[in-house]
Amino acid sequence: MASDTHRTHAHTHAHGHEHGEGSALDDTALRVRALESILIEKGYVEQAALDELVETYETRVGPRNGALVVARAWSDEGFRQALLDNATEAIASLGFTGRQGEHMVAVENTAELHNMVVCTLCSCYPWPVLGLPPVWYKSAPYRSRVVIDPRGVLAEFGVEIGEEVEVRVWDSTAEVRYLVVPMRPSGTDGWSEEALARLVTRDSMIGTGLALHPDALREEAER
Amino acid sequence: MNGAQDMGGMQNFGPVLREAGEPAFHADWERTAFALTLAMGFTGEWTIDMSRRAREALPPADYLASSYYQIWFAGLEALLQERGLVSGAEIASGRTLTPARPVKRVLKGGEVSAALAAGGPAERETGMPARFTVGDRVRTRTMNPTHHTRLPRYARNHAGEIVRVHGAHVFPDTNAHGLGEDPRWLYTVRFSARELWGEEANPRDHVHLDLWEPYLESA
Repeated sequence: MASDTHRTHAHTHAHGHEHGEGSALDDTALRVRALESILIEKGYVEQAALDELVETYETRVGPRNGALVVARAWSDEGFRQALLDNATEAIASLGFTGRQGEHMVAVENTAELHNMVVCTLCSCYPWPVLGLPPVWYKSAPYRSRVVIDPRGVLAEFGVEIGEEVEVRVWDSTAEVRYLVVPMRPSGTDGWSEEALARLVTRDSMIGTGLALHPDALREEAER
Repeated sequence: MNGAQDMGGMQNFGPVLREAGEPAFHADWERTAFALTLAMGFTGEWTIDMSRRAREALPPADYLASSYYQIWFAGLEALLQERGLVSGAEIASGRTLTPARPVKRVLKGGEVSAALAAGGPAERETGMPARFTVGDRVRTRTMNPTHHTRLPRYARNHAGEIVRVHGAHVFPDTNAHGLGEDPRWLYTVRFSARELWGEEANPRDHVHLDLWEPYLESA
C-alpha cells in the first residue's frame, strides 16, 4: 500500500475537519505514531497487516456491497425472501461475510413502514455491506436523537415520512447488524441489477435516506 | 455503567452534521489507530466486549470531548497496559523500554482478508432452554450496574414484546470483564415509542433493541 500517499492525503484533511482541537489532535497523532512503533518493535503487530486493514476498508469494502444486495432483492423474489428469512446466509451467498456482519438482519421498507438503524451505545454498523460508518452515524447528535425523535432526524436528512407510516428504529445493542432494504423507486421496471444498484445510497440502507429516483441519476449524469 | 456512551434520548447535542463525499478516515493517525485496534484484537488478548468497556471507562467529560478515534485510541492504550503488553512508562515516553511477552496470535500480512472474512460470531451452543418466545410480553429490569452492560438507560423498566429469538449469544456483562462468555439467550424486543417516551411520541412508532435474557422479566 502506498502509505506515503495516505500520509499526504490525510494531512490535507486533518485540519479543516476537526478545527479548534489542533493541539489536542497533534498530540494524539504523535501518541498514535509512537505506540505504532512500540507495538511493531515488540512484534505484536505487523506493518503489512496494518496496511492491508486500512486498504481493505478504504478501497474494497463499502456501501456498493450493500447496494448489490438490495438490487438483487429488488429483482429476484426468491433472493428477497431468503434475505428476509436469513440475511446472514443470503448476504454471504453474494460473497459478503465476516467482521461486524456475523449476524445480519434485513428489514424492508414498505408504504406502511420505514426502518432506520442506530447504535446508541457505540457505533455498531454492518461493515461487510456498508463499510465503516460515517462520522455522523457515530456522533452524539445522531446516537442520542434517533430513538427519541426519529422523524425530526429524518426531516434533517430531507426525508418526510407521513404520519400514517410507522417509523421503526433498530438500536443495535448486541452483535446483530441491520441492513435496511429501501423501497424500489417507480419507473425502474425492467432495469438490470447493475442499474438498480446505482439508485441505492448508503443512507437508504441506514434508513436516513430513500433510494434515488431515476430522475436523480439522470440529473447527476447531465451535470 | 451509566457513562457518556449511553446516549439514547439525551437532548441538546444539536443537529446531525453530515459531510459530502466523506472519506473513510480524516487523518493518517485515524488510519493507524483503527488498524492497531483491529490488529491487536487478533492477538486474542481481549474481546470486543472488553474493548467497549475500556472505551466507556473514559470519564464522561473526556468521552464527550474526544473524537471517535481518540476514544478508540484511549481504549487501546488502557487495554495494552491492563494486559501488561505495554507499560505506562512506555506510553508516556513513546519508547520501548521492556521486552515483549508472547501473545497467542500475530496477524500477518496476507492473512487479513481471511481473518476479516471469518469474523467473530457471538452465537454459542447452550444447554439452557429459552425462557421467552416470540409474542411474549416482557419488562426490562431496573438496573444501574457499575459494570459494562448493553441495556441502555432509556430502555430500562419498560414493557415490550419479543419479536425474534436469536439463539444464545456471548453475554457482554461478564465477557467485558474477563469473567467468561456465559452465553445467554438473545431476543429482539419491540417497544412502542409511547411506552419509552410518553404521550408526545407518535403512536405508530416503535424502537427495537436486542436484549439478553438476564435483562428481562415476564410482564
